[in-house]
Amino acid sequence: MKTNSPTSTTKATFSAGGVTAISYWKPILIVIGLAIGILLPLTIKNFFVFQLTLAMVYAIAILGLNLLTGFNGQFSLGHSAFYAIGAYTTAIMMENYGIAYYWTLPAAGIVCFIAGFLFGLPALRLEGIYLALATFALAIAMPQILKFSPIEHWTGGVQGIVIIKPNAPFGLPINPDQWLFYFTLIVLVLLFACAYRLIDSRTGRAMKAIRDNPVAAKAMGVNLSLYKSLTFGVSALYTGVAGAVGAIVVQFVAPDSFTINLAIALFVGLVVGGVGWIPGAFFGALFILFVPNIAETFSKGLAGAVYGIMLILLIYVIPSGVAGLLRLIVTRLTLSRG
Amino acid sequence: MIGGKLLEAKNVCAFYGATQVLHGLDLNIAEGGITTLLGANGAGKTTMLRSVSGMVRTTGEIRFAGKSISGRATEDIVRLGIAHVPEGRGTFVRLTVEENLQLGAMTRRDTKAIPADIDRVFGYFPRLKERYRQQAGTLSGGEQQMLAIGRALMLRPKLMLLDEPSFGLAPLVVQELFEILRTLNKEEHVSIFVVEQNASLALDLADQAYLLETGRVVMAGPAHEIRQDENIRRSYLGY
Amino acid sequence: MELFIHQVLAGIATGGIYACMALSIVMIYQAIDHLNFAQGEMAMFSTFIAWQLIQWGMPYWVAFFVTIGVSFVAGVFIERVVFKPVHNAPILSHIVIFIGMFAIINSLAGFTWEWTIKSFPSPFGTRAVLGEGLLSAHDAGMIAVTLLVLVFLYIFFRYTRIGLAMRAAAANPESSRLVGIRVGWMLALGWGMAASIGAVAGMLIAPVVFLEPNMMLSILLYGFAGAVVGGLTSPGGAVVGGFAVGIIENLAGTFIPYVGREMKLSIALALIVAVLTVKPSGLFGRRIVSRV
Repeated sequence: MKTNSPTSTTKATFSAGGVTAISYWKPILIVIGLAIGILLPLTIKNFFVFQLTLAMVYAIAILGLNLLTGFNGQFSLGHSAFYAIGAYTTAIMMENYGIAYYWTLPAAGIVCFIAGFLFGLPALRLEGIYLALATFALAIAMPQILKFSPIEHWTGGVQGIVIIKPNAPFGLPINPDQWLFYFTLIVLVLLFACAYRLIDSRTGRAMKAIRDNPVAAKAMGVNLSLYKSLTFGVSALYTGVAGAVGAIVVQFVAPDSFTINLAIALFVGLVVGGVGWIPGAFFGALFILFVPNIAETFSKGLAGAVYGIMLILLIYVIPSGVAGLLRLIVTRLTLSRG
Repeated sequence: MIGGKLLEAKNVCAFYGATQVLHGLDLNIAEGGITTLLGANGAGKTTMLRSVSGMVRTTGEIRFAGKSISGRATEDIVRLGIAHVPEGRGTFVRLTVEENLQLGAMTRRDTKAIPADIDRVFGYFPRLKERYRQQAGTLSGGEQQMLAIGRALMLRPKLMLLDEPSFGLAPLVVQELFEILRTLNKEEHVSIFVVEQNASLALDLADQAYLLETGRVVMAGPAHEIRQDENIRRSYLGY
Repeated sequence: MELFIHQVLAGIATGGIYACMALSIVMIYQAIDHLNFAQGEMAMFSTFIAWQLIQWGMPYWVAFFVTIGVSFVAGVFIERVVFKPVHNAPILSHIVIFIGMFAIINSLAGFTWEWTIKSFPSPFGTRAVLGEGLLSAHDAGMIAVTLLVLVFLYIFFRYTRIGLAMRAAAANPESSRLVGIRVGWMLALGWGMAASIGAVAGMLIAPVVFLEPNMMLSILLYGFAGAVVGGLTSPGGAVVGGFAVGIIENLAGTFIPYVGREMKLSIALALIVAVLTVKPSGLFGRRIVSRV
């Protein structure tokens, strides 16, 4: 008997024993994480600051995807499209209309929410592999749409738009890269906190119910259409804001920066981190940022092959991603204790 | 009449991952008869059947017609003549009734005899004949159960394992079904091992009965004796 | 009007490519119940193997059938070796494996045969069949071969025992085991067949689009479009869908303003989405009805 839920064999909620084992670690981890976050950019080279900032951007993007796929059971291989919309919103607002970079984030969020919601509406009728295809199509179409001649004077056509990096506010004694790191960190903390609240709320439970058993959810009065479209919107919002920040960090948007490769990378990041587990986004982001480079050091010509092999081996070892690995460790620990 | 031991289970323990579900079961099924396995939800009845079919990790010894089948693959066990009608029927919902029946005969070498067997199945279940070309998923619960049994018959099995055939079916349908099971046992010489929650019906049908409680056999014997037992009457038959 | 007919015929010609690819996609979907994103890459690699055999002096048709055989074995091998360890993993993890395979195959092909374009011979020749520049002999040959494969598949799945066993194994592996089907080997067989059909598709397509490691990505997409439009459960529908996509793409490119070569791909995609929203099971697909 097959179910349509992509996560039918993996629910990344920890078993009762696991939760109590983890719950007093959480605040400690958060404090340590924040401390590292604040001190890090002051102590390492600029290029690494840039890379870590980008990692945070991808983490936000992957979190967006996780909300849709991991927590609501709707496949998406097309999130690069929302990332692109967010990025272009920021670029156009900053360079064509001179709007300050921080205002572009909420704008990008709103635009992407609407885009996601609108895409989610026809997507309501699609399940599993069909939805994957439709989103895949969206991702492939996006660079084409961005190169579309009639709108070239906004989008900058094939050349794209260059963005100027903002300086630190209030004359703080840090360089732009370090400021962007902190800025991204603030955005990240905000968005992650909201995600946690969302997942634990009534809305979150409705989302998860839809993922686990849509028929039962509907029978219990959950408005499937509304929640599924809303989730699409929120998911697009997250990834879109990531795209917006990403555009500022990279200082550049162009159609070919947002190809299907990005969508696939986000998807890979999602699975590597662990579907349905919010912190997984960090692991996924680190994987997609650094592993391709590592693959290249093995062999320039066969970099793709090495990457592919590493990816496959990873899935063999931890089929449910880092989330699955941690769950295994926690289960072993609680079993040996109890 | 009841013959030798068709199925023997000795000290069978079954595990789902780290969880142990069966604790040292001993069971014998005589050839030619109907044996029932009773017990409440979660007692391990389905697990017992799945152990016979090789779908669950087990320790201990299971022998069928004298040959050991513990640890063998399901596909091989089926070829020895065991037809398992699983919990929930296991119907191929996207395929037609006809295809479902043909699948039952998939391992048979004597392909020429298959159409005649399909007709025999229709003899027992005329409603299936009406729905021959229909998608199996559109059949009602009772019809799907009949289809599942028909599919099992197509194997020409020596032993049929039935997992809760009465589940989700209306009482009249269940009675009809059990009548057919009795006939099958006599006419087709198929030994039957049926797991049931509906103790009353099962004890009427069966020759032998076993009672399972949390993975252990707590009672075994001829069905009519078990039926009279005080405790059984109170806990499982309701009077 | 003449332009219209011309474009329709041209569309049928390119549609033949998409139909062939779509068939291969539906084939694997029937066998494993999900889409293989690396299908195009496998076809491309098979085509390179054929090219290499021909370079080494093997006659075309010998190379053709040897490649089919090699691809079949490779398909079986990939299923038994690459996918067997993850049979029980969640579906999302399977998709990541496809992605990994895609990367490996693409990279290997580029590394072995370089990224430059190569020409691939056609066994049918290039003379025109229906007037100048409309339908070449190769286009006609491609369509004929696609239809032949389709007929073969139809007979195989509908009328043979093993075809039924394969369908059952894909639909319900547990019940299939209970009737004695060796599910693992059915899956492997499905992969082998899909790989072979993919090889045929690749060898027919290469003369038109030229052989290079990235030749299949957009074709794969058009193939998906065709398969979806036709219905993922219907090989015949996939073929019709492939032709439909070819025709519509050409007509849109000619008659709708601003739709240049780049946007043609987006047309294919818009088509996918449109069909999926209106009729998720495609034009000829069967709607799966299940009682709750």
